[in-house]
Amino acid sequence: MSFTPSPAGRGFTVFDKGNVLGFMMMAPAVLYVLLLVGYPLILAFMYSVSDITVGSEQFKYVGLANFRTIIDDPNFKTALKNTILFTVVSTVIVVVLGKILSLSLLKAFRGKFLLRGLILMPYVAPISLGVIGWLWMLDSIYSPINWLLKHSGLFGPDFWPMWLGKPDLAMASIIAVHVWRLLPLATVIMLAGLISIPQDIQDAAKVDGAGYFRQLFTITIPMMLPIILVAVLFAIVFTATDIIIILVLTRGGPYDSTQVLVSLAFYTGIDAGDLAVGAAIALFLVPLLVAVAITMLKLARRAEVV
Amino acid sequence: MEGWKKTAKEWALRLAHYVTLTIFALFAAIPFFWMLITTFKQDADLYNRNFNPFIFNMAPTLDHLRYLFTQTLYVRWLLNTAFVGVLVVLITLALAIPAGYSLVRLTGRMGERLGIGIFLTYLVAPTILFIPMSRVVANLGLKSIPPELEEAAMIDGYSRFGAFVRMVIPISTPGILTVVIFSFTLVLQEYIYTLTFITASDHYTVSVGVPTFLVHGDVYNWGALMGGCLIASVPIAIIYNFFVDRFIGGLTLGAVKG
Repeated sequence: MSFTPSPAGRGFTVFDKGNVLGFMMMAPAVLYVLLLVGYPLILAFMYSVSDITVGSEQFKYVGLANFRTIIDDPNFKTALKNTILFTVVSTVIVVVLGKILSLSLLKAFRGKFLLRGLILMPYVAPISLGVIGWLWMLDSIYSPINWLLKHSGLFGPDFWPMWLGKPDLAMASIIAVHVWRLLPLATVIMLAGLISIPQDIQDAAKVDGAGYFRQLFTITIPMMLPIILVAVLFAIVFTATDIIIILVLTRGGPYDSTQVLVSLAFYTGIDAGDLAVGAAIALFLVPLLVAVAITMLKLARRAEVV
Repeated sequence: MEGWKKTAKEWALRLAHYVTLTIFALFAAIPFFWMLITTFKQDADLYNRNFNPFIFNMAPTLDHLRYLFTQTLYVRWLLNTAFVGVLVVLITLALAIPAGYSLVRLTGRMGERLGIGIFLTYLVAPTILFIPMSRVVANLGLKSIPPELEEAAMIDGYSRFGAFVRMVIPISTPGILTVVIFSFTLVLQEYIYTLTFITASDHYTVSVGVPTFLVHGDVYNWGALMGGCLIASVPIAIIYNFFVDRFIGGLTLGAVKG
């Protein structure tokens, strides 16, 4: 914008110069982020190549020793595999279900307000508290879910899944809780996308005789692609970096089979005090997420050009 | 014949619609419904495998709530959470709105790159979400405000900054509200930094205090736990429900290219 007005009467001060003002207005935010994100990040890098622990006064450089230790550790391999597994599966499920739900919430209907409130609750409630509820729902002895299933008569008398006690079931439970929590967010994001599709295109399609599903797949979804990507990005970030669900639900068990990178880093670095190795583990997450983010942004930009 | 087929099809779609919605609502709400019942359930009722977990098999009780409010620091935690929440929202607004404005109006390509860079930091530090995220949202809200408004204000004698404060901020209220709600929700979710940094139990926030103190080793005080969860979640959910329309409006303002 090269528009520079001549203010009535006053002289031209710094509050008028576009570029300087722009810089000044960005500065506080940039500074804040640099201090609170940049500085700890640099520290993390430094820690990961040192032998610092929670109790140590000084630390010395040890090169890549920590990373070598980690790569040989089977727990790390499990954590890495789990992080990717949970993230991918949860994201796919959340995006698909979110699409369905947002389509259902598009039109007005009786009770929509109340229903929407209910559907929103999993995301709005503090994570740790909502997940605690699930802790009981999946409890090995008292699970209401099992009670319901058993009394429905559909399954045999020995049916009593140990949702949090067996590794496979535990993993499925964790994914289910991730989906439960993120579904409202994905739905709201996609609802926003749906609303912004111009009505005339849909009307034109109807006139041309396109049925509901045809419309859906050839018009609605392609037009929503940027928004869908936003939802995917959020889902990936929130799932890959989440530690609370693991900590509360399984604590990484049973037998460390549901550890993810973040939880392993926490247990190693803070619980056990080995800050250096904890930092090294946590750092593995960074390139993963950055790569994902850049890919998403590139795809989104390309989609918008269309 | 054709008319009948069409109505049947409409009814089938309607039914499918309602069934889908019900399933989703159940999925979302069942833990909370169970929390509600458990808050008032006697322990003997809860720990009996033969009882239906979704109804009261024995008389309901207020004991757990009494315990929560008198024997723990719950009220303190609620206050702490509110305090932190308000503070974070204020700081976020103060930093993000000017920055968002500058991104949209004043700095061109380099600003855009910087904005994306800041958004990336969002990934690296998942709990320093507020600033970058709110930037993006503020951005979206600010894009659709016509520049003519500011020019008019500037011709009237306001400096650029003055125009910003007097014209842009009031009009971008939907975007700002979105930022507020988003930030506050993110604060509520905060767990791990609180867990790591704070050791004095009377400084805890609700999301850490409840799991830490109502669980003694392996024994969970479920009644009080669930009461604590509900009281922290339901009011926010109600408020959020009211504001979701605004939230969506904030997100789509940017999409309307005018």
